[in-house]
Amino acid sequence: MKPVDVGRFAWRSLSAYRSRTLLIVLAMSIGVGAVVVLTSLGEGARAYVRNQFTSLGANLVVVIPGRAETFGGSGGMMSGRTSRDLTLDDALALRRIRGVKRVVPLNIVSGEVWWNGRRRDVPVAGSTDEILHLWGLHMALGQFLPPQDPRRATSVCVIGWRVREELFGSHTALGELVRIGDRRFRVIGVLAQQGEFLGLDIDELAIIPVASAQATFNLHSLLRVAMEANAREDVPWVKSEVRRILRIRHQGEEDVTIITEDAVASAFDRILEALTLALGGIASISLAVAGILIMNVMLVAVSQRTSEIGLLKAIGASPAQIRAVFFAEAAMLSGAGGLVGSVLGQCGSWAVRQAYPNLPAYAPVWAAIAALVLAIVTGIAFCVLPARRAAQLDPALALARR
Amino acid sequence: MILLREVNRSFRVGDDEVHALRNVSLQVGSGEYVSVMGPSGSGKSTLLNIIGLLDRPTAGVYQFDGEDVTGLTDLDAARVRREKIGFVFQFFHLVPRMTATENVELPLVLAGVPATGRATIVSGLLREFGIAHRARHRPDQLSGGERQRVAIARAMVMRPSAILADEPTGNLDQTTGKEVLQLLEALNARGVALILVTHDPVLGDRAHRQIRMVDGEIHTDTGARPA
Repeated sequence: MKPVDVGRFAWRSLSAYRSRTLLIVLAMSIGVGAVVVLTSLGEGARAYVRNQFTSLGANLVVVIPGRAETFGGSGGMMSGRTSRDLTLDDALALRRIRGVKRVVPLNIVSGEVWWNGRRRDVPVAGSTDEILHLWGLHMALGQFLPPQDPRRATSVCVIGWRVREELFGSHTALGELVRIGDRRFRVIGVLAQQGEFLGLDIDELAIIPVASAQATFNLHSLLRVAMEANAREDVPWVKSEVRRILRIRHQGEEDVTIITEDAVASAFDRILEALTLALGGIASISLAVAGILIMNVMLVAVSQRTSEIGLLKAIGASPAQIRAVFFAEAAMLSGAGGLVGSVLGQCGSWAVRQAYPNLPAYAPVWAAIAALVLAIVTGIAFCVLPARRAAQLDPALALARR
Repeated sequence: MILLREVNRSFRVGDDEVHALRNVSLQVGSGEYVSVMGPSGSGKSTLLNIIGLLDRPTAGVYQFDGEDVTGLTDLDAARVRREKIGFVFQFFHLVPRMTATENVELPLVLAGVPATGRATIVSGLLREFGIAHRARHRPDQLSGGERQRVAIARAMVMRPSAILADEPTGNLDQTTGKEVLQLLEALNARGVALILVTHDPVLGDRAHRQIRMVDGEIHTDTGARPA
């Protein structure tokens, strides 16, 4: 029997039972479509997060005191367990690296803000004027911290929107003196309402110059230094320079952790890729369901066509030929379902993109191909049992049943 | 051509052993015209199934054209059926979704004959059997007599050496039944052995040799030869 004829025979039986064929194709296509749409959602989320990272100002290099990992034994034995402080002077030294756009020292401590007998517990950030750009903050009223030598401890502060509301109510906040710790600061600006950023509630924040924060709260070390390189290509160079300079400043010891935006982004990337895989896995359950449906339908077809199978055997069809016919039918069903499903899935992710323009929901190529291949493989795999049953039919019995 | 020696066929039905054939020995030469008659349950259909390699004897030996076909594999049995035996059934057994042409060419398709070769053979047969004008019709658009002609054409398309017909006129009225039988007899006259199973003595008597079966045994055989 020629392959063309096997295909034609299968095609004839598929087109003879039209509604059955259409339903199975539909079931299969929903399975494949689900895989395509869900993986495109996962992939879209990944691309979305990556975009967020790049729009964040990007090219970030963050220096944190202390090492995340420890190598060897000699370094730690001498100095005990604590690492050296990351000082403001360290941060200033990093400013001289070529290709660095800004260096922003940062301290965050929980403190109290007093005004007129009212008190509010807020995180107090000590930094410089440049954090405005780094964090993409907006002003509602007044000015941000003035550009000045970071070592100068001026007594000015900028407060978040809710801090202003809670402390001042209907009073004017600008120009008032508030007490933070045991010092008095003049409110020179109020931040616009903007919610959380990197897990920090901006509306609940008070920002003062970094030197003032260190003096007020008696801090020796910075929480971290955030740096922004001019370009993405400069990041590795900046990173190595930071390491070199700080090793010199810290008596030859590498006791800081340097995080690049790349590392954080790729961590998110991995998480979201796992999400895509999980979504794809969940969706492929529907493929398995469609496969079982195909098996069911083929089993029904075998008993429906018992006498036809008997006849085929009588006129000389070998068991292999009978099996081939049923496999061809299953392959056509699942193949058609797979193709329709791919189209459905692409339409689905197009619809998602229309509904959420921010979410670049494109199905990854591997998922689209895998769904199609998986559909055909499931279809054929679940046809093994029905095809075997057909091939093993006793022709004499099959023909006796008219 | 067909040689059965001490063939038995028994089925298990629950705990009982049912003997459909008991010690049947039979020889049919090429080109013979044999009718097999007997009441229902006498084993005539089982005999035909065994001759047609659709069933296997539980004991005994079966030779076809000198080849021992008793223990053939399914694959080899399929080959023998395809090349040497044509079947005609009471209920036609045409594939309902295929046209007359497609039904007739099915054995050629299974044999792997290319489409161009098939078309010539099939259209020749249809013309010969007077159903060329129905070539593109499906079975449900054909009369009973036409359906059986299509079925006979399908049985003949591989030029078999024997045609096994199981009540070929059982589902037809008398006139068309007679026409169909005449067609089969004409084929027999050209040298194809014809084995006809029927319970109708009028039809059975037309055969050159009659076999009567009772209780799975050959009761009488007008042309018996020592096997």
